[in-house]
Amino acid sequence: MTKSFADVKAVAGLDLSVARGECFGLLGPNGAGKTTTIEILEGLTDRDGGEVSVLGLTWEKDADAIRERIGISLQDTQLNDKLSVFETLRLFRSFYRSGREPEALIEQLSLGEKRNARVGKLSGGQRQRLAVACALVGEPEILFLDEPTTGLDPQSRLQLWDLVVAFRSAGGTVLLTTHYMDEAERLCDRVAIVDHGKVIAIGTPRELISSLQGGSVVEFATDPPLPKETLAALPGVSEYRPHGPNWFLLVRALHETVPPLLLAVEAAGAKLVTLSTHQATLEDVFVSLTGRDLRDA
Amino acid sequence: MRKPSSPLYELTLVRVKEFLREPEAVFWTFLFPILLAICLGLAFRDKPADRTPVGVLEGPGSAELAARLSKSPGLTVRTYTEAAGGNALRSGKISLLLLPGPVFKLDPTRPDARLARLEVEDALRGANDRPATKIEEMKEPGARYIDFLIPGILGMNVLMAMWGLGFPIVNARLRNLLKRLSATPMKRWHYLLAQILARLFYLPIEVFAILGFARIAFDITVRGSVLALWALLLTGVFAFSGVGLLIAARTRTIEGLSGLMNLVMLPMWLLSGVFFSYERFPDAALPFIRALPLTALNDGLRAVINGGATLGEVTVSLAILAAWGLVTFVASVKLFVWK
Ligand SMILES: Nc1ncnc2c1ncn2[C@@H]1O[C@H](COP(=O)(O)OP(=O)(O)OP(=O)(O)O)[C@@H](O)[C@H]1O
Ligand SMILES: [Mg+2]
Repeated sequence: MTKSFADVKAVAGLDLSVARGECFGLLGPNGAGKTTTIEILEGLTDRDGGEVSVLGLTWEKDADAIRERIGISLQDTQLNDKLSVFETLRLFRSFYRSGREPEALIEQLSLGEKRNARVGKLSGGQRQRLAVACALVGEPEILFLDEPTTGLDPQSRLQLWDLVVAFRSAGGTVLLTTHYMDEAERLCDRVAIVDHGKVIAIGTPRELISSLQGGSVVEFATDPPLPKETLAALPGVSEYRPHGPNWFLLVRALHETVPPLLLAVEAAGAKLVTLSTHQATLEDVFVSLTGRDLRDA
Repeated sequence: MRKPSSPLYELTLVRVKEFLREPEAVFWTFLFPILLAICLGLAFRDKPADRTPVGVLEGPGSAELAARLSKSPGLTVRTYTEAAGGNALRSGKISLLLLPGPVFKLDPTRPDARLARLEVEDALRGANDRPATKIEEMKEPGARYIDFLIPGILGMNVLMAMWGLGFPIVNARLRNLLKRLSATPMKRWHYLLAQILARLFYLPIEVFAILGFARIAFDITVRGSVLALWALLLTGVFAFSGVGLLIAARTRTIEGLSGLMNLVMLPMWLLSGVFFSYERFPDAALPFIRALPLTALNDGLRAVINGGATLGEVTVSLAILAAWGLVTFVASVKLFVWK
């Protein structure tokens, strides 16, 4: 599907399918088109071209039926500050033909203490959990979450992850967007990496990572910098590129590459400024595909 | 599991709660009409008719002259020396200075001077010379200016419903709350209708405040059918809420909303006979003025409160209001933007 705003191509021919029971992640930098994509799927934004089918239904013909069966949390909704947690949930519950008891949901989301607190007085994490509760109150088959954990502290993130995992293990389908790698790796069965309105890679986190020709990453900087011919000559290096002030090397195995690298640094008469290594992550997949960082792209 | 309540009921309840939890909104909705009524009460309370101050120049026979004028109920009299009298006249302390002759010294461009002249002439003339007219004082309820004003105030207050309706909607749109709601199976018109129903919730409080005050302070009662009164008020709220919804249907900023509201409300404040009768406008404008919802409401309310009309006698007003409400409500549902 496609969608343009004036001169911005927000979604430029994006194609994907999510299976029932799956937790699917859209991963991408700011402005990649994640929100636009998910809102087209939620029936909130009209697409310019392409086809969308949700639960085998289309927005053109069965909008009401779809709304009855999905639950969503927008990237930036502020619920009504003047209402309490319970009142908010009861309101949302009243829209659905069948759904969950607000009281039970409040307990499950550990908002029990805040049952009668005004929404305006909740912390960011509590508010986010309430937003998810509003998405769950209609007992949806699909849960759409747009950046559910952005801006949350680690504790609140974990709580939200638990919710998603519980929903999924009860048979629900989840589509979420995020720009946190660890979130995508932990939660998602499959991930699509989106950039400039297109899917540039899709697969399970493991598949994506192993698609890199190497399991580890070495990042280092020297003074003066090493010429790239030196890097190309190192054993086991499948990819090298500048990454900020550092060199970014994708290597097959650390033990194979790091000792020769140190020797090369010494031979060149350079001084090692930084050196770090880690197992390749989705972040590295993104860097490898685009040459940019997810966060500052 | 308990049966969930109806969405229309929940939406209305939520709006009422939201309103009650906003102290400023409550303050203005309930206090404004009462403050207005108190101001009017002070301006129109029963007091003796004003006496016109006049002066008599000191001299032979002036004491007797002053005593004669003092008997007139419309005058207060003082004697002055020549210099002091001139000063008092110039500064407006007295409206007329009586010199020997008798000569009236006055400023003919001042209306109070003309009045003073008539009063003094009348006092100087003997009782026998007066034409045999009688005065019937207009004091009974129903004919005073305040009687005209109170229904107008009531109508104006219903008009203000538009404000209270528009702001929360634009706010909810700005906060993406409307977008969130539109992603649920909620019926769109339920949301809009709930805003109107919530407005009805505090209508009785306003009405009792204004009419109660009018009764206590001015002895104004509803002479016509109470059923007709409530029918007018309800359709009035419906009409103005519809207009308010339409204004808020696509507005994205509070400033834009204020501008549009003023644009719609100001002409009605002026044209629809709140403070003075619209019959004073040119004849060509009257059909247009009569078609305005506030004119229909004010005419209806005056007919019921002052004129003792029954439900059957205000059907034209009711029809105009209902038409406004229906057209604007349907248009709002169609045009409403949810994000
Ligand atoms: N309503 C709109 N009008 C104009 N441009 C828009 C609109 N919505 C999105 N865009 C543009 O479309 C592009 C994609 O935006 P989108 O919100 O889908 O990105 P995103 O991946 O969700 O980013 P983020 O991680 O910051 O939430 C951006 O360049 C954005 O500026
Ligand atoms: Mg987004």
